[in-house]
Amino acid sequence: MSTLLGRRFSSLTRLIFVIVLSVVLMVLDHQAQHLLRIRAVLSVLIYPIQVVAAVPVRASAWVAELFGSERTLRQNNERLQAERLAHLARLQKLEALEAENKRLRDLLGSAARVADRAVVAELVEVSLEPFTRKIVVAKGSRDAVYLGQPVIDAYGIIGQVTEVSTYASKATLITDPGHAIPVLVNRNGLRTIIFGTGAPDRVNVPYLTATTDIREGDLLVSSGMGGRFPPGYPVAQVTEIVKDPNEAFLKISAKPMARLNYGKEVLLIWPGEWQTASASPR
Amino acid sequence: MRVSTAPYGGLIITLTFVVGFVLSMLPGPDWAERFRPDWVGLVLIYWCIAAPNRVGVVSGWVAGLILDVLYGSLLGQHALAMAIIAYIAHRWHLQIRMFPPWQQAAAVLMLLVLDQLLVLWVKGVIGQASTFWPNWTASIVGMIIWPLVFIILRDVRRRADIN
Repeated sequence: MSTLLGRRFSSLTRLIFVIVLSVVLMVLDHQAQHLLRIRAVLSVLIYPIQVVAAVPVRASAWVAELFGSERTLRQNNERLQAERLAHLARLQKLEALEAENKRLRDLLGSAARVADRAVVAELVEVSLEPFTRKIVVAKGSRDAVYLGQPVIDAYGIIGQVTEVSTYASKATLITDPGHAIPVLVNRNGLRTIIFGTGAPDRVNVPYLTATTDIREGDLLVSSGMGGRFPPGYPVAQVTEIVKDPNEAFLKISAKPMARLNYGKEVLLIWPGEWQTASASPR
Repeated sequence: MRVSTAPYGGLIITLTFVVGFVLSMLPGPDWAERFRPDWVGLVLIYWCIAAPNRVGVVSGWVAGLILDVLYGSLLGQHALAMAIIAYIAHRWHLQIRMFPPWQQAAAVLMLLVLDQLLVLWVKGVIGQASTFWPNWTASIVGMIIWPLVFIILRDVRRRADIN
């Protein structure tokens, strides 16, 4: 491959050349995101590698399914039936509550929340560089995935799409050290921000002073500030609050509600036209 | 002047790199992540030592660029680190070839640590540094499996008659 630059140049010349090239690439990529298109093209080229890397996982799931004993299947079936009944019962209540909610919102003069459209996307790849938390899903610009799109699972927000190519896209998880998401404490409406730490099951809630009303076990839901994530989805639950008299702020750790390390599917959502109660009356 | 006669040499070397990429992307349990060696780095070091007139700085750079796209890291970050370790391995390939096995493994460890340091350094500059201490275990695992990688790739090289 080194014949690319011919034999006329010494190793050192070539090294200096590629170092300069790397620095230019890094500056462009970091500053202006100019290289998104190059990255998208390269992503298509390397898609086969991602597919091959995902084969063992799919194969093992397939084998497990194939050799799953009849008893396990029966048990699963019973459990699913029971769960379905329970869910149906709750769903009836939910429909009633939704109707009531809509009525109340109409009374308040604000538009009702339109339900968010969601599409199931299969995970192609999860374990990437250590200490950055990202996933690749098998839906891309072909399926109208867009940059910044929220990604959730059945339990809460997982993260947001940060890279889109034709057939796949990459999402940054809320536990990535470079990710932050605005939230509300569900109990009292306190606004704050959650930062990822790089650890798989812990996020930080910094910048809250010792007098803040926050307790262990509080549920943090997305606030919708910034307009990127729709409001009201569970994000994390406070697990530990450390009060250090020497520090200006509390040290608060929370556990993501979404099961970031489990499952083969995630949901991509297209938030509907949501408006808050303070929107102008019709 | 080309010493080698292997017609598909380039293809076979590329294939070993592809295997390296797949191995570094294979999903595994979280606890195993810190023990995952830098497969692509090991393959690159081997070819730089064993076939220096085929693999060198530019191949290292291309491999690093592909890693950047796979990892979703800043374009050029792994490319830079890989090009530099390829240069060192390439420059001293005659010496490294002559080293006794343990000394060779130590040289590989140093190259892998240098690779990690360079990547961390770039991350620090752009403010993406993790709050965690980097996992040097990955480099140490890389050193431990180096003899295995060496034997397998030497076999591949002899069968394909790559010089």
